[in-house]
Amino acid sequence: MFLSLAFAILSIFTLVCALGVVTARSVFHAALFLIGAFFGVAGLYVLLEAEFLAAAQVMVYVGAVSILIIFAIMLSRGYGAEGEAGNNPQWGWAAAISGLLFLTLAVAMRKVAWPVVAAPVPKDAIAQIGAGFVGQYMVPFEVASVLLLVALVGAIVIARER
Amino acid sequence: MNDLIYNLAQGWERWISSFLPAWLVTLIDDLLIVVALLLLVILFVLAFIWLERKLVARLQDRTGPNRVGPYGLFQPIADTLKLLAKEVITPDGADKAVYNLAPVLVVFGPLMGLGVLPLGVHLIGADLNIGIFFVMALGSVSEIAVLMAGWSSNNKYALLGAFRAVAQLISYEVPMVLAVLAVVIMTGSMSMQSIVKAQNPLMFLIVMPTAFVVYFLSANAEMARTPFDLLEAESELIAGYHIEYSGMKFAMFYLAEYINLFVLGGVATTLFLGGWGGPFVDKVPLLGTFYFLAKDLLMVALWMWIRGTFPRFRIDHMLSFAWKVLVPVGVVLVLLTGFVVWLTNDYWLQLAILLPGNLVTLWVALELLGRDARKSGERDKRLALA
Repeated sequence: MFLSLAFAILSIFTLVCALGVVTARSVFHAALFLIGAFFGVAGLYVLLEAEFLAAAQVMVYVGAVSILIIFAIMLSRGYGAEGEAGNNPQWGWAAAISGLLFLTLAVAMRKVAWPVVAAPVPKDAIAQIGAGFVGQYMVPFEVASVLLLVALVGAIVIARER
Repeated sequence: MNDLIYNLAQGWERWISSFLPAWLVTLIDDLLIVVALLLLVILFVLAFIWLERKLVARLQDRTGPNRVGPYGLFQPIADTLKLLAKEVITPDGADKAVYNLAPVLVVFGPLMGLGVLPLGVHLIGADLNIGIFFVMALGSVSEIAVLMAGWSSNNKYALLGAFRAVAQLISYEVPMVLAVLAVVIMTGSMSMQSIVKAQNPLMFLIVMPTAFVVYFLSANAEMARTPFDLLEAESELIAGYHIEYSGMKFAMFYLAEYINLFVLGGVATTLFLGGWGGPFVDKVPLLGTFYFLAKDLLMVALWMWIRGTFPRFRIDHMLSFAWKVLVPVGVVLVLLTGFVVWLTNDYWLQLAILLPGNLVTLWVALELLGRDARKSGERDKRLALA
């Protein structure tokens, strides 16, 4: 009962925040709503007993991605960016594409037979994730790191004064 | 004598379980833990404020607060009452919702961190198996809160303070995580209790002193205390991101700073000073709590000493110190620790490589720093003569 209640609260919180992202009139508020949505998702991870994933979610999405977004807003919009229209004439197209994506995902999720493990989550889940990163999934993991490094170098090259 | 607090808790749980359902027992117990932790930390914050004012006053050859109560001990209580009674002013152009949310969020991170501090042999809010990672992740919440405060105040100084805050907090998170990573590699676990137990013969301060130095300095910057107080530099930004806050809302920022002091000191204690470990802990577990608080207090006193001694960094010095000194040192330490753990399982052999390796790293870093300082000093002299 408690799990369902917690799941309901967390999902509603996440959805309300996600809705806020697209409807907020100020870009800064939209970014803050996004952070709220990230927190909601982290809560869902905790509910799934994936604590490491929850902490990583907070660290990466709240600590890095959101701050980057807020920095971009502050630097590009200048001081006091309120009162701008949050949508433009293309909102209809955006809504249609989003709806289509939602439908596709919903149908796909219903069709796939997800494997369900009856056993509880192992205690040393982090150790298994770690072993996976440097063992079975080493190549994709390293490729992702190289991609990030390339992005980093690229950003410095673009930003450097000539 | 047995573990007094643990036995009390056990007895309480047995008694309450006899007439209440299990879920209510869990709920009441959790609430009690939260209230106890909050009371403990509030007491410590009041004590820290008094200690800081007294200590810095002595360092500067003053007496400090000495009017309210013996040795001015009740001064923080009087200050709190004053803050409670003060008018809370909201600036005209402020973004109200964000402006009011920021002081709440700013204490959220440090308070959550309290829950995973191992205060004693059995005394820990929750021994998560990601304990230390949890504390690191919470640091990002404070960054968001500072940004929100600076942006919503509708004040240029506040915004500048927030910019500086985020640049500094993000930069110093990197060396901090690297220093923590060295400890985690050595322990093989992120659980706070396992880290404490891994320091049984020798605390990590002795095994890897350089990692401790890196952590200590990064934590100092994370707390934004002098010499890293660029984000609230009075002489440049008046008060930085919390300039427009008054009354209890300002007090929340103040509270967050001192809770952070307690939590980061506690993390330093756990990671490097052996946590609750010490002589006779296995016979008298209550001593563990005393050791933990004493070590935490020692860390806090060291930070206060630094605050009373050093002048503020210049912003470019602050950033290059993080990226050009602490981060390379941290990377070397992580590589060294990983190599040693891979090389051998023998504790004393690990120690025999790690300790000299750490000291050499520290020496090289200091040598390079000194050379750089001499060079820039000569350049300044040349420029002054020209």
